[in-house]
Amino acid sequence: MAEIHAPGLAHHFDSYQQQKEAAFFGMWVFLATEVLFFGGLFCAYLVYRSANPEAFAAGSRELDIVLGAINTAVLIGSSLTMALAVHAAQVGKRKMIAAWMGATILLGGTFLGIKVVEYSHKIHEGHFPGPNFVWHGPEVNVEMFFNVYFLMTGLHALHMIIGIGIMLVLIPLAWKGRFTPESHNYVEGFGLYWHFVDIVWIFLFPLLYLLDVG
Amino acid sequence: MSVLEKHPEEEHHEEHHHHESFWTKYVFSQDHKVIGIQYALTSLVFLLFGFTLMLIMRWQLAFPGRPIPIIGGLLGEANAPGGIMLPEFYNQLGAMHGTIMVFMAIVPLLVGAFGNYVLPLQIGAPDMAFPKLNMASYWVYASGGVVMAVSFFVPGGAANSGWTSYAPLSVTATTGQTFWLIGMVFLITSSLLGSVNFITTVIQLRAKGLSYMRFPFFVWAQFVTAFLLLLAFPPLEAAGFMQLLDRVLETSFFMPEGLVVSGEVQPYAGGGSPLLWQHLFWFLAHPEVYVLILPAMGIVAEVIANNIRKPLWGYKAMVYSAIFLGAMSFIVWAHHMFMTGMGTTISAFFQTTTMIISVPSVVILTALFMSLKGGSIRFNTPMLFSLAFLIMFGIGGLTGLPLGLAPTDIHLHDTYYVIGHFHYVVAPGTIFAIFAGIYYWFPKVTGRKMSEALGKLHFWPSLLFMNGVFMPMFIQGLAGVSRRLYDGGDQYAHAQSVLGLNKVMSYSAYGLLLAQLPFIINFFLSIKKGKKVDSNPWQATTLEWVAAPSPPIAHGNFSEIPVVTRGPYEYSVPGHDQDFTPQNAVVQEG
Repeated sequence: MAEIHAPGLAHHFDSYQQQKEAAFFGMWVFLATEVLFFGGLFCAYLVYRSANPEAFAAGSRELDIVLGAINTAVLIGSSLTMALAVHAAQVGKRKMIAAWMGATILLGGTFLGIKVVEYSHKIHEGHFPGPNFVWHGPEVNVEMFFNVYFLMTGLHALHMIIGIGIMLVLIPLAWKGRFTPESHNYVEGFGLYWHFVDIVWIFLFPLLYLLDVG
Repeated sequence: MSVLEKHPEEEHHEEHHHHESFWTKYVFSQDHKVIGIQYALTSLVFLLFGFTLMLIMRWQLAFPGRPIPIIGGLLGEANAPGGIMLPEFYNQLGAMHGTIMVFMAIVPLLVGAFGNYVLPLQIGAPDMAFPKLNMASYWVYASGGVVMAVSFFVPGGAANSGWTSYAPLSVTATTGQTFWLIGMVFLITSSLLGSVNFITTVIQLRAKGLSYMRFPFFVWAQFVTAFLLLLAFPPLEAAGFMQLLDRVLETSFFMPEGLVVSGEVQPYAGGGSPLLWQHLFWFLAHPEVYVLILPAMGIVAEVIANNIRKPLWGYKAMVYSAIFLGAMSFIVWAHHMFMTGMGTTISAFFQTTTMIISVPSVVILTALFMSLKGGSIRFNTPMLFSLAFLIMFGIGGLTGLPLGLAPTDIHLHDTYYVIGHFHYVVAPGTIFAIFAGIYYWFPKVTGRKMSEALGKLHFWPSLLFMNGVFMPMFIQGLAGVSRRLYDGGDQYAHAQSVLGLNKVMSYSAYGLLLAQLPFIINFFLSIKKGKKVDSNPWQATTLEWVAAPSPPIAHGNFSEIPVVTRGPYEYSVPGHDQDFTPQNAVVQEG
């Protein structure tokens, strides 16, 4: 066993290369569990939408497409800033890592802010699931659309909040120079996670907002 | 390596720079071996706890309405006034027995304990790929265990809707169900973290020369198991969130409209489907069955190969079967749901896949049986448990066939026959494999052997009483006795002819408890007083025995990372001067 360790290299790895491969592989495997997790939710969506097509269309018309579209753009923008943070790590610019992650937090925060506006609007209209749900139209079972809407967007938002929490830990580390071009697996691994959360939204937006357009 | 050789850790110690405190060494350790031991001790406690719940139930089944002796007064007035069990309490015990045994005892023992301790050693890895994640997965598991244990003390007691938590019953159940769901989220998260770690470790940290077809079968079993946990658990986590929302916010994911409970119309609207819960639950819980059995097969394969002193028969067929089993296990889940009215077309599909999946299990079992032929068998305690596993699992597997076919399942569904079937798979099956594993790897963990005499005193009565508990269930089940009856069928005419068996099963269960005493004594006595052994007391070939001292070195396992030169079971190779050839032996010229 090597007695002298390079900085940032754990004792059970032989090289940065091996550590990096393990870290990325682990991250991909973790994302597989996330795909299955959201897969369970999409399965519920599929079952209930096919049972109640009119109710889902009616519920979808209640959502604000403009806000949803803005949020989609904001989130794609945050993926860009995240990719730039990863690039900064690869070329060893510690301050730029922190700056691009800061921008990512800002965009993520904007997304969540818009989501709060949307949520409060829906709650105000009585579209929050539960016994106090209000629906005046002729369609039945619109409750189920809003059950699914709040569940899926809520768990997606939870993933974003966790992501922002992780970035708040990573930024000071980046600033202190903890990430080098050889060893910055946390930044790059986290980037994969952030892109994944982004991609989930790319599915949620059309399935929830656009399903009755045109 | 000789007995008297100094343990490498003693030499190593002087060079070690960082000193570990008690907390980082034993409590928040990142060493896979310590974490494995933590898992083992915690889950053995849960195993005993889950067993105790069943012993209380078995009193009620054999002697309905009679006060429970000894501990009856301790159960509380809300559960058992005057020591007589209430039906609500019986339901709690039933639901929690299943939950504890599956999610908090057997899986953590097989994967958390054996997997964590043995797998990195067998693949020649210094540790798991993500030691911090490994530590986290243990503590998340322990937190889930605490949540489940606490749920017994909330108003209305623990979850009481069966271990399957079918909606709508579970959604309208008492507070304990909310704790059950939160506890499950912890346990699922722990398993997911663990499986990410296992898969990465196997792929990234194998020793040089350890190609896939040189894996000991145990490694293959753990590897496939990790994929099952990884892919099957997340949908249940999603379903768990949905049920939690149904209970807390009164959403209606699993609640049909216009439901009336005890004369009251329920507020749920939106047209939810109780069947969706069943699908999402069994999408996990059927692969889970293979999570319960594959690592057990892995343990048994190791013990058998070692004690027949010859290579396993059909090693490659076993490996391919395990992989095929893992893949198939994702498309058989609805054979638990033949009675839900999902239709004959879907039933036909799931019957077919179910018949297909029985083939690889039979291949593995047959290969292990064939391995015995012509071997010079050493009948030590781990081997006895392994041999019993083969037969007991065989009974469990064969009795499963009528349940996999809808026409016979319709008669047997929800009877004691089902209980008998899956307990033969998991109790004298998997638990015997776990005992085999404990006796087999105990010298690696402690440097001492467990007593053979006490081991045999543990084995023979356990074998007798296990069959005493579970064999009569087939008879009761064929007679049509439901598995859910609080009085064991006392009030039903069709159960009268088989009612006497309840006493046979209950006395056997108490005998089974007594039969565990030699094990408990043996376990603790051997830690301090067991016979000291060298690093390879079983004269085995795999890396944990031939390349690492007993116990292996903290944080690193091996004084030198081994290089693998051959397959896992090279026993009695002609022309070699000893009857086992270590996996890392330097190639000898023929």
